[in-house]
Amino acid sequence: MSTTIERPTAQKDSISRRGLLKSVSTAGAALLVGFNFSTTAGAQTSESSTADEKAKPRVSPFESWVRVDHNGQVTLLSGRSEMGQGISTALPMVLAEELGVDWRSVKVEQAPNDSRLFGNQGTGGSGSVAESFTPLRQAGAAARLMLVSAAAKNWSVDPSTCRVKNGVVSANGHSATYADLVADAAKLPVPDLKKVPLKKPEDFEIIGKESIQRKDIPSKTDGSAKFGIDVRLPGMVYAMVERCPTFGGKVASFDATKAKAIPGVIDIFEIPAIEEIHSWGGIAVVASSTYIAMQARKALKIEWNAGPHAAESSESIRKEFRRLVDSPMKLVVNQGDAETAISSAPKEYKVEADYELPFQAHATMEPMNCTVHVRKDGVEVWAPAQGPELTQGSVAQVCGVKPEKVKVNTTLMGGGFGRRYQADFGVEAAQIAKRIPHPVQLVWSREDDMTHDYYRPASYHRLSGAVDSQGNILAWKHKSTSTPISEWWDKAGTPESSELGLSFQNPYMTKNYRLEYLPTSSGVPRAWWRSVEASSIGFVMESYVDELAHAAGADPYEFRLRQLGQARKVSHAVDKNESPLDVDRLRGVLELAAQKAGWGTPLPAGQARGIACHYSFHSYTANVAEVSVEKGRVRVHKIVTAVDIGIPVHPDGIRGQVESAIVYGLTAALKSQITIKNGAAVEANFNKFTTLRMDETPIMDVYIVPSVLAPTGIGEPALPVVAPAVLNAVFALTGKRVRRLPVMTSDLA
Amino acid sequence: MAIAFELNGKSTSVDVAPDTPLLWVLRDTLDLTGTKYGCGIAACGACTVHINGETARSCVYPIASVAGKNVTTIEGLSTNHPHPVQEAWIEAQAPQCGYCQSGQIMTAVAFLKKTPSPTPQQVDAAMSDNICRCGTAQRIRKAVLHASELMQAQGGAR
Repeated sequence: MSTTIERPTAQKDSISRRGLLKSVSTAGAALLVGFNFSTTAGAQTSESSTADEKAKPRVSPFESWVRVDHNGQVTLLSGRSEMGQGISTALPMVLAEELGVDWRSVKVEQAPNDSRLFGNQGTGGSGSVAESFTPLRQAGAAARLMLVSAAAKNWSVDPSTCRVKNGVVSANGHSATYADLVADAAKLPVPDLKKVPLKKPEDFEIIGKESIQRKDIPSKTDGSAKFGIDVRLPGMVYAMVERCPTFGGKVASFDATKAKAIPGVIDIFEIPAIEEIHSWGGIAVVASSTYIAMQARKALKIEWNAGPHAAESSESIRKEFRRLVDSPMKLVVNQGDAETAISSAPKEYKVEADYELPFQAHATMEPMNCTVHVRKDGVEVWAPAQGPELTQGSVAQVCGVKPEKVKVNTTLMGGGFGRRYQADFGVEAAQIAKRIPHPVQLVWSREDDMTHDYYRPASYHRLSGAVDSQGNILAWKHKSTSTPISEWWDKAGTPESSELGLSFQNPYMTKNYRLEYLPTSSGVPRAWWRSVEASSIGFVMESYVDELAHAAGADPYEFRLRQLGQARKVSHAVDKNESPLDVDRLRGVLELAAQKAGWGTPLPAGQARGIACHYSFHSYTANVAEVSVEKGRVRVHKIVTAVDIGIPVHPDGIRGQVESAIVYGLTAALKSQITIKNGAAVEANFNKFTTLRMDETPIMDVYIVPSVLAPTGIGEPALPVVAPAVLNAVFALTGKRVRRLPVMTSDLA
Repeated sequence: MAIAFELNGKSTSVDVAPDTPLLWVLRDTLDLTGTKYGCGIAACGACTVHINGETARSCVYPIASVAGKNVTTIEGLSTNHPHPVQEAWIEAQAPQCGYCQSGQIMTAVAFLKKTPSPTPQQVDAAMSDNICRCGTAQRIRKAVLHASELMQAQGGAR
C-alpha cells in the first residue's frame, strides 16, 4: 500500500491576505508593510486597507512582512528558518538599517505557512540574505518614510528636516517615538516600494559592521535553546521506526510479541512507504520514552523483502561509472574541437586524469525528528524543517485534511546542510500520530539518520586535455557520470543540469572545450548536500587546472591568473537564465587569498601550499591551504580564504559560515564517506563516519572583498575550494596527486 | 524501583528501568532537554554532563550507576549569572546551530577546573572528542583560552 503525496504547489493558501491584515489590526493600530520580491511591490497599512482583495500577488521566491505595532515593536515575519547560519541576526540588521531602529529590538517571528504571502519558504541555496536584502530594505524604508511623514504633518515641518534614530523622529525641537506615530502613519498612502529612496552603502550604520553579536547565541550556551527534538508537550509519547536496512526494501512480515511485552510500550504497527517523497515505511514503535522505543525496536522480529537494490555496492556503482566514461556519452557542451586538439598535442603537454567522489551523509548533529499532534480540529506539527511548506502539504495528505488544517511550527534546527529540506521525517511522524490520541515525537537514532539519508551523489570524472607550447590551455575535455539527484526528485528533468555546476561556465580560457555526461542509475537515495554539485565539480576542475599548470611548468597561482584571461563575463553554456560569471571578481578573490597567504614565500620544512578558486551560488571564493603529510595523513595547518559575496551584511557571520564550510569540506576531503554494501549504507555512526576534530582543525583566516554589489550567499560557496586547495598542496609537497576522495593513508604512504 | 541522586543541586528521584541511560532520564523523564542526543555510543560528546564533577557521556551511563551521585547539566551550570565559560562562548560567537554546544561547554568547564591555564595544544586534546558539524572548533578553542583568562581574573576556577 502506498499513499499518494503531492508536492504542495505554491498556490495553496491557508490565510487570505486580507485575513492577515485584519488579524493584525485587531491588536490596535499597526503599520504593516508587505513586500513582494519579484512582482509589483505591494504595501498596505492595516488602517487604510488599500489591499485589493482581487489582486492576488503572484508567487515569489521570497515575500515577507514587516509590522510596526502600536507600541513601537517592530516584527519581521520571516519565511526562512534558522539552522545555525545566522539569519535571525542578518535579516533584522538589514531591516533596521532602513527603518531606523536598533536592530536588536526587531523581533523575528517564524512566518506561518502561506505560500501566497511568503512564497516558497524553503531555506536553502544560500539564498536567505541574498533574496531578502532588497525587499527588506524597501519595506523598512517605506515604513520609515510614512512614520516621518506623519511626524512632519503633525509638526507642520518639511519631512526633509526630520531625523530618525533608534525609532525616534525629531525635528525643530519636536520629538516622537514610532509608537506615538504609528496610528497616524497607518492612515497615509503607501509609497511605491520600488521608488522608495534607499540608503547609500557608504551611509550604512548597521550593515557590514563588525562587533554585531548574534541574537541566538546566549540561549545556545545555557541549554535553553529549543530544537525540534526538545519539544515537550503534555501527554506526549515517543516513537521510533525500524526501517529496512536495504534501500527500497519492505516489510515482509513481523512479530512484535516480545517488543509489546516491554513495560512502557504503547503500540507497534506498520507504516507504509510513500514513494513520492521517498519515505521508507517500516515498523513504528510508540512508547513512553525514547529509550523504551529503542529497546522495543531491538525486540522486534522482522522479515524484510530486501527489494530491487540489494545487490548494489560502491564497487558495482564504480564499475558502472567506469563503463560509462569508457563509452561515448551525451555531448553537453562542445566549443571548438577538443578531440582533435588533444590527439594532435605532443604527449608531454597532455594530461589525462580520472577523479572520483563518494556518497556523503549530511550527519547533522541533531538527528531527524518531528512532533505531531493530530486533533479533531486539525493537526499541529513541530518540525526542524528547511521546507516547512512541503512538510505541511505532506502531513495534510497523510492525515487526510486540507493543508490549512495543518499548523507547522518551525523549530530551531541542529544543523540542516540540505537534509532538512525533505519531508520524510514529518510524514512518518504524521503516519504514527494519526493512530495515537496524544502528541507524538518521532526520533531517528543516529544510525537511522546516517543509513537513511538522502546522500550527496557519488560521481566519476575523466578529464583530458593539453597545454600548448606557450603554456596556455589548448583543450579541456570532461567526461562525467554520477548518480544524479534528478533520478530521485526530478525524473522528467535533464540529469546533467544539477550535476555539472561550473563545468557549464568554465572560467579558464580555452578554444577547445568539451563536456559529456551520462547518468548512473542507483537505488541509493540522493539529494542536496552542502554546496550540492559544486562540492564535487569544484574539486575536479580546480585539481585539473592545477595538473595543467604543472604540465605547463607554471606556478599554479600564476597559471590560473593567466588562464582566467582578460576581464569578461562567462555565460552558462546551456541555461541562458543563469547569471554570468565575472572573471574579474574571481581573479579578485584569487589575488586576495594569495596575497594574504603569502603565496610564494617560504614555509617551514615539510609544508607546502595549494590554491583553488571557484564560483557557485553567485559567490566567488578562493583558498590557499598550508599542509604537511605525516605517516600518510594529511595535516592542514592553515587555510586562508577570500570571498566576494557583494555587500557583506554581517561580516562575523560570514566568517563563521566560511569556517563552517571549511571544516565540513575537510571532513569530506580527508575523513568521511558513505560506502554501499548489499544495497545498504555501511557507515552508521560517528565511529565509522569520522569527522574533523579540533586537533585537526586548521587556523582559518577569512578575508571579505569590500563591495557595493547586491549580496549573495555564503553558507555553501566556501566549500568547493576546500578539497582542491588541500590536495593541490599535497601534490606540491609530495608529488602525489590524489584524485579520489576521501584521501586514504595508502594514497600517500 | 526509585533511583535517587542529586541533580543540579536538588535531590531527585526517578522510577525507571535501571539500565536506562541518564541522557533519556534527563530528557524524557525530567524534561531537561539542554543535554543532547547525538550518537548514543559515546562518540560525539553532545550528551556530556558532570557526575561528581567529572565529565560523563550520559547516553551510555545507566541511571542505576548515578544513584547517590551529583549530576550537573548545562541548565545547572550557573544559576544567577553566566559562567565564565558561557561568557567566553558568547564573546567568541562560537555556536552556530548550537546543538553540540551544551556538551562542548560541559567538557570545557570540567577541563578548566583541572587545567586552569591550558596551552592551545592542551585545549585541542581536551576538546577533540566533541564533534561539531558546524565547524566551530576554531572559535571554541579561542573561547576556552579566553574563559581560562576570565576565571583567573575572577580568582580561579569555581
